[in-house]
Amino acid sequence: MKRRDFLKACTICGAAASLGFSRQAWGVSFEGYPDRMGVLVDLTRCIGCRSCEAACNKEQQLSAPALPFDDLSVFENKRRPTEWAYTVVNRYETKKEGVPVYRKVQCNHCNEPACLTSCLVNAYTKTKEGAVIYNPKVCIGCRACMVACPFSIPGYSYSSAFNPVVKKCIFCYDTRLKYGKPPACVEICPQEVLTFGRLNDLIKVGHERIRQIPGKYIDHIYGEKEMGGTGWIYLSGVPFDQIGFDTTLGNEPIISNVKEFLAFIPMVLAIWPALFSGLHLLSNNGKDHDNSIPHQEGAEP
Amino acid sequence: MKKLKAQDAKIIDSLYKVPGKNKWSLKEKLLLGLTPRQYVSQALRNPLNWLFAIIFAIGLPILAGRFFFGLSWVTESSYDYPWGLFLGFGLFTMVPLSSSGFQLGTAVEIFGRHDLEPIERLALLNGLLGYFFAVCFLLADLGQPWRLPYPMLFSFGPAAVLFLVAWHVAIYLSVQIAEVSESFFEWIGFSMGKRAIRNITLGLTIAGIILSTLHQGALGALFTYAPGKVHPLWYSASYQWLNFFVSSMPAGLCMVIVVSSIVSKTMAWRYDENFIKNLDQLTITLARGAAMCLATYFTIKLISLAHDNKWEYLVSGWGVWYIFEMGAGVLLPLLLFTSAIKNNKVGMIRVTALITIFGVVLNRLNTALITFNWKMAERFTPHWREVVITVTIFTIYIVVYRFILYRLPILYRWKTADENALVPFTE
Repeated sequence: MKRRDFLKACTICGAAASLGFSRQAWGVSFEGYPDRMGVLVDLTRCIGCRSCEAACNKEQQLSAPALPFDDLSVFENKRRPTEWAYTVVNRYETKKEGVPVYRKVQCNHCNEPACLTSCLVNAYTKTKEGAVIYNPKVCIGCRACMVACPFSIPGYSYSSAFNPVVKKCIFCYDTRLKYGKPPACVEICPQEVLTFGRLNDLIKVGHERIRQIPGKYIDHIYGEKEMGGTGWIYLSGVPFDQIGFDTTLGNEPIISNVKEFLAFIPMVLAIWPALFSGLHLLSNNGKDHDNSIPHQEGAEP
Repeated sequence: MKKLKAQDAKIIDSLYKVPGKNKWSLKEKLLLGLTPRQYVSQALRNPLNWLFAIIFAIGLPILAGRFFFGLSWVTESSYDYPWGLFLGFGLFTMVPLSSSGFQLGTAVEIFGRHDLEPIERLALLNGLLGYFFAVCFLLADLGQPWRLPYPMLFSFGPAAVLFLVAWHVAIYLSVQIAEVSESFFEWIGFSMGKRAIRNITLGLTIAGIILSTLHQGALGALFTYAPGKVHPLWYSASYQWLNFFVSSMPAGLCMVIVVSSIVSKTMAWRYDENFIKNLDQLTITLARGAAMCLATYFTIKLISLAHDNKWEYLVSGWGVWYIFEMGAGVLLPLLLFTSAIKNNKVGMIRVTALITIFGVVLNRLNTALITFNWKMAERFTPHWREVVITVTIFTIYIVVYRFILYRLPILYRWKTADENALVPFTE
């Protein structure tokens, strides 16, 4: 190859490569599917009736719990979603007028879910409707999603010997969301704690409520920005950290943490072979690496 | 074995029973050249085997039970601690303890340090077995272990760090099998295979460095998925992978020091002159490498703290625990190594190697289990069956390790036909 041809080829390749990269660079920040649905949870309205838990249990065909859903003794402990219950309500005694605050916990359906990004078999999907769903057919059961989830949501059916799978809220995707219907818990709520709608609209509704009645709400919508934004967002009358929300999570999605390492991988693959073959040539001075070199005893002082 | 050797039993160390004429059969090789009766009686005489027998008698049924009754039968089935001892100990500590393969491979094959050759094969074997058993621990932990090949065949999640770990461990296991197979080919007398491996050794070694850099680091990077759960002192968004990678290096070197020490005390009949004569010198060389890595590790740990400005956490309960880990697990062995190397105290180096291993194991357990979920009140406590299974798999590891060291030319040089004819086996 002539020198000129070589240079020409280099220039063309370089230009092509930079084109490809620049297009990618614009798509780095994912704002979420534009028409994704969400739920606005207004915690000031919740009375802790647990009917959402019951509706979820029925809709997802989970086994009956040990205590019935009208038993309020469950509030004595803080619960988390499990393989038997995809949503739970917890009670918090707060400093505000001795009135307890109830908080519903379920999958928040993140815009950039940690479970999805940590999964090595791609078992999770963020659908365009906004649900984070799970494919039990490919899951190998490493449970990295449970480690990754910043909200500690996924449960696992440990008791199954031959087909243990992750169990979590899927936004009633298969039976409702897919057809544009709200999830079972939203439909049953007697207090209108839960508002189902386009997430972008719900964020506006949330800010509107904060503006309309000054002092009723903390001026913050939890989930609007947390962890890159979640599909379920929360309004509260008391500071979020008093009612079990982790307010230290920050606004970056989990994947931002990992990108630094992921970017480093192709560089190792590209550089190490030349680097170490080069070092080999330098240190051996072209000599064969067979046993031709006599054994050096006590070469080290 | 000592007794048998004294009785003039011939231990197999070459291809030919009678030089130049008939070869050893596979059965004879497996029995080390002893008669079946001799073999069984020497095995029964070893008290360690009785201990192993007790462990297996209890552990193997429980291990089998795990696959029939599910994970909830053997673990606490915690949703908040999805990873228990099988991964916290089995995967996260077995892998760094196995970094010896790529390090000695690099030193000998890339940098031409042929003085390290007597111990190279031991380091390669240590690497292979450590990885293999890390995978065994993983199989015990996975909910559906029969789906292990899924990330390679059916369903890809290439953005996940675990995807990388899966691929790299799989490829690296193959690389290590190829590296160790050199001694296996010698042993079964397949010289063509040996030559073929010899020809691609450089490529294998470089592949080993790449894969080790990436997945030792990747095990650390796994924790960057859980920034709120790993205690800040054990977490560093930018340097987590480096902390894991660098600390794996002294761990691997110290494993070779410890294993070679045990071997030198217990397998006198197996190693050859070349091994034992050089061992002290090699131990010092390895310790020197380990000390350098420890110093580097200590420095980047400090930088990690400074980079994220986490000094305030040092004055907390976990801070004291962190200072203990760094003091007893990193600084103390660093000082002991320095003094021992300076004064040529091999015995001290061996003890220090053990402390270093303890330090790295503690670091992994701290990151994955002990300080994990530090904001929660509930701490990780293993189920007793989980402990039994962990001990059992580790014991299988030791048994397989010993089985191979007894047979393959790892600690001794395989005598070719010509050599054998010239230097008849005496002693």
